[in-house]
Amino acid sequence: MRSKRPTLGCTMLAICSGLALCSPAFAQTTPAPALNSGDTAWMIVASMLVLMMTIPGAALFYGGMVRAKNLLSVMMQCFAITALVTVLWMVYGYSLAFSTEGMSAGVVNWHSMVGGLNRVMLAGLTPTSQYQTVPESVFVMFQLTFAIITPALIIGAFAERMKFSAMLWFSGLWLTFVYLPMAHMVWSGPGSLLGDLGVIDFAGGTVVHINAGIAGLVACLVIGRRLGYPQTPMAPHNLGYTVIGASLLWLGWFGFNAGSAVAANGSAGMAMLVTQIATAAAAIGWVAVEWITHKRASVLGIASGAVAGLVAVTPAAGTAGPGGALVLGLIAGAACFFSATKLKRRFGYDDSLDVFGVHAIAGIIGALLTGPLASPKLGGFGTVTSLFGQLWIQAKGVGFTIVWSAVLSLVILKLLDRTIGLRVDAEQEQIGLDLAEHEERAYNLS
Amino acid sequence: MKWITAIIKPFTLDDVREALSEAGVQGMTVTEVKGFGRQHGHTELYRGAEYVVDFLPKLKIEVAVADDRLEHAIEAISIAARTGKIGDGKIFVGELEQAIRIRTQELDADAL
Repeated sequence: MRSKRPTLGCTMLAICSGLALCSPAFAQTTPAPALNSGDTAWMIVASMLVLMMTIPGAALFYGGMVRAKNLLSVMMQCFAITALVTVLWMVYGYSLAFSTEGMSAGVVNWHSMVGGLNRVMLAGLTPTSQYQTVPESVFVMFQLTFAIITPALIIGAFAERMKFSAMLWFSGLWLTFVYLPMAHMVWSGPGSLLGDLGVIDFAGGTVVHINAGIAGLVACLVIGRRLGYPQTPMAPHNLGYTVIGASLLWLGWFGFNAGSAVAANGSAGMAMLVTQIATAAAAIGWVAVEWITHKRASVLGIASGAVAGLVAVTPAAGTAGPGGALVLGLIAGAACFFSATKLKRRFGYDDSLDVFGVHAIAGIIGALLTGPLASPKLGGFGTVTSLFGQLWIQAKGVGFTIVWSAVLSLVILKLLDRTIGLRVDAEQEQIGLDLAEHEERAYNLS
Repeated sequence: MKWITAIIKPFTLDDVREALSEAGVQGMTVTEVKGFGRQHGHTELYRGAEYVVDFLPKLKIEVAVADDRLEHAIEAISIAARTGKIGDGKIFVGELEQAIRIRTQELDADAL
């Protein structure tokens, strides 16, 4: 839906009839609307909220689920990705994702898939550069936080066994060849491949969650199971951390979803509300099915269910109504219970922290249902007229993302495995990555 | 002299220590241990992964007593560590041949 924002911007321009500050990058397509201080303030806060989702949100959520000997490795990976992606984003990431060079609506060319190099080193960015009604610097920062969290989500799939060096290479290459083009294809506006196709992805169901979830599945298959899996108990070492992490993810997600309106307006407000509703519904959905199946409502279950709901509502947050969000959440929570508990056991892959089971599955459910739920007939606020028509468009977006992420992730992982090797040796894995890779331990008790 | 080894539920430790003091026992050693007896372990379930915990955490206390103190000590532990539920633990008693206090080289009963 971000591709439709210029329309909103034009409306705002008409209303405000303000002094348009022209950003050189966008001047040729749309006249820039006036800078709005309310929008700017909100987007600065939203950027910080999304950063908080990775550090410490995901770091704690994942960290609590691993064994005590690997806690630091998970937190280190989240922190290192935050630093690495920030630098890559500044150098070329923003340009490859958001440069609109050579793009025009309806034209499919090279630049429909990846941005140009005219914004490398953030060329042309000044304090007066503008993206819609906010300073472009804020937009650069906001989008950066999305680029950070996506590779950080993947680490849950190969937790407790990947070398730190391999993790860094993987994250950098994956960002470059998988994430940046994907973000460009969906969010860079008229002329973008999936944007022009009409795929609705408000805040990143395809770009972030399906993309990361599929990469996670491929990664855990390529690197192999943890030593002793599934016979050896690998119980989470501190579910308290996991609950704190899930809570920070929930809170931070308002920046993610409501921030994706790139304005402090009604769309942002509704995105916030439907995010809350879907998340609560999914937490209930997961726990309800768990209670029936396992006779217990678990802490890990309610936290995981909430995350499944957050993922599912991400693409829908800009167009679904409260009722749609409720249904979407319930379905996502119940479905992810099965994907994270039964499906994984059935096929025996070791997606350690259920990146595929939660992010890909809830992402796919969310992305598909976003289509019909955008229709006013189902209480949505989109311009969708044909329920099945939009469902089909969404399915094309989902299918494209799955293939894109699977193929490119596989190539990157195989390449790294053949060259530097992905995995620590058995002894190091036994000792734990904290000591083996970082020569530190999380808990120095007594 | 006797050597008493008792396996008890961890939360009864303070009561046991107090009861032993009252029974005239002047020292004890406590170790955190795991084991199983008639009380079976329990299962834990994390996202469908079921782990059976066979060994439960217990405390092992070791006390050396003079022969005439034995009954008091056993009674003290038995009462203080008893909840009446399965898993309260056991008391083992063995002969103790010699005891030496390192600082003074006192022997046997004087060393306890």
